[in-house]
Amino acid sequence: MAGQNTLTEELRAHVAEKLQAADSSQLDGVVALRRTSEGTAPHLFREGDDLAQLALNPRYPLASVLSLLQKRYPDAHFGIVARGCDARALVEMAKRDQVDADRLYLLGVACTAEEAEECYCADPAPDPEPWPQAEVLGTPVEGAPPNPIVAEYEEMSLEERRAFWRQQFLKCIKCYGCRDICPECFCESCALEDPLWVERGILAPPFPMFHLIRAMHMSARCVACRQCELVCPAHIPLTVLYDLIRRDVGEMLEYMPGADIDVEPPLSLTLEEAPVKASLE
Amino acid sequence: MEYKNVLTTCVYCGCGCGIYFEVLDGEIVGVLPDKEHPISRGSLCIKGWNADSFVNHPDRLKTPLIREGDGFREATWDEALSLVADRLGEIRDESGPGSFGFLASAKCTNEENYLLQKFARAVIKTNNVDHCARL
Repeated sequence: MAGQNTLTEELRAHVAEKLQAADSSQLDGVVALRRTSEGTAPHLFREGDDLAQLALNPRYPLASVLSLLQKRYPDAHFGIVARGCDARALVEMAKRDQVDADRLYLLGVACTAEEAEECYCADPAPDPEPWPQAEVLGTPVEGAPPNPIVAEYEEMSLEERRAFWRQQFLKCIKCYGCRDICPECFCESCALEDPLWVERGILAPPFPMFHLIRAMHMSARCVACRQCELVCPAHIPLTVLYDLIRRDVGEMLEYMPGADIDVEPPLSLTLEEAPVKASLE
Repeated sequence: MEYKNVLTTCVYCGCGCGIYFEVLDGEIVGVLPDKEHPISRGSLCIKGWNADSFVNHPDRLKTPLIREGDGFREATWDEALSLVADRLGEIRDESGPGSFGFLASAKCTNEENYLLQKFARAVIKTNNVDHCARL
């Protein structure tokens, strides 16, 4: 914990510096977590705010907050405290015009080995490279092993796999929390609210459409931040499904969500443009 | 330019899940679950995720209404509460405590429900207390 405390102190000093800068590098505000006696939640820190309240846990989708603020204030320049997952989320949002890379300052924070392990995170350090203005604090660690359920799942027959997901999806209470918390879910109209696809008032949602619609919409989009799984009241291992889809998208389309800001998402391209491997054509 | 989260309790049922209202420049723009809440621990149901929807809804009552003839008229809290207290007293004197029934609500907090049953038993002096979860 000592290392984490030092890191938080260092981060607070950097945020203070960026908020107080007397030149054009001054930020209008910094999106981060704020801890008070009430609890911890996302906040826009501004000059003069008590930075002793700036915290690093628990994780919230800060990229969505930055997007909201950039849209409300089209001329403002905001900083954001970003873990690896937040930074990847920002990359995919930038590609879809949800954030403006030129108007953000990325204050990256490398997760600890314990944090990476807890999240089964393959990529626990934010990459400063895509951003015009960025820095990364903390010591980057290696990626952690994947969720052991993935290996168990791969040993299953097709029938067992179907039974596994049927069992999991049966627990769904259709709170839509997986969608609501997701930094990559920003469509104005959602297929999951369209009665054509999802009939209202039916619990659990008919197998397997509800969850597979969402899973397909997350392909080439999901950056493995695991917020959906963290907020799921039914503890459905959603990211096992999304991890497997991400792997397929990587193998078939050579695309890794969140990795490279200059590579267009393949599902936003025409078939002629998409880099589908020759063996699959 | 202000973005903050205000901690509150979901009012939709008696579970009392912890939620934050996202407030941008004084206006509620969304809901986030309270990940540190001892009961809900960062999860919500669909009502909690939409617990902000009635706050600024045009149908929301913002002032007490008193029935007059076939309609209602707006009133102050003082006037409305005085009327209720007077009528409850009159009915108890005329018809006795057994003429009352008190219906508590899962949408209220434990403390509010406690107050309601206390009022029923100690002030009106009836045990006719029930709640909406049995309807």
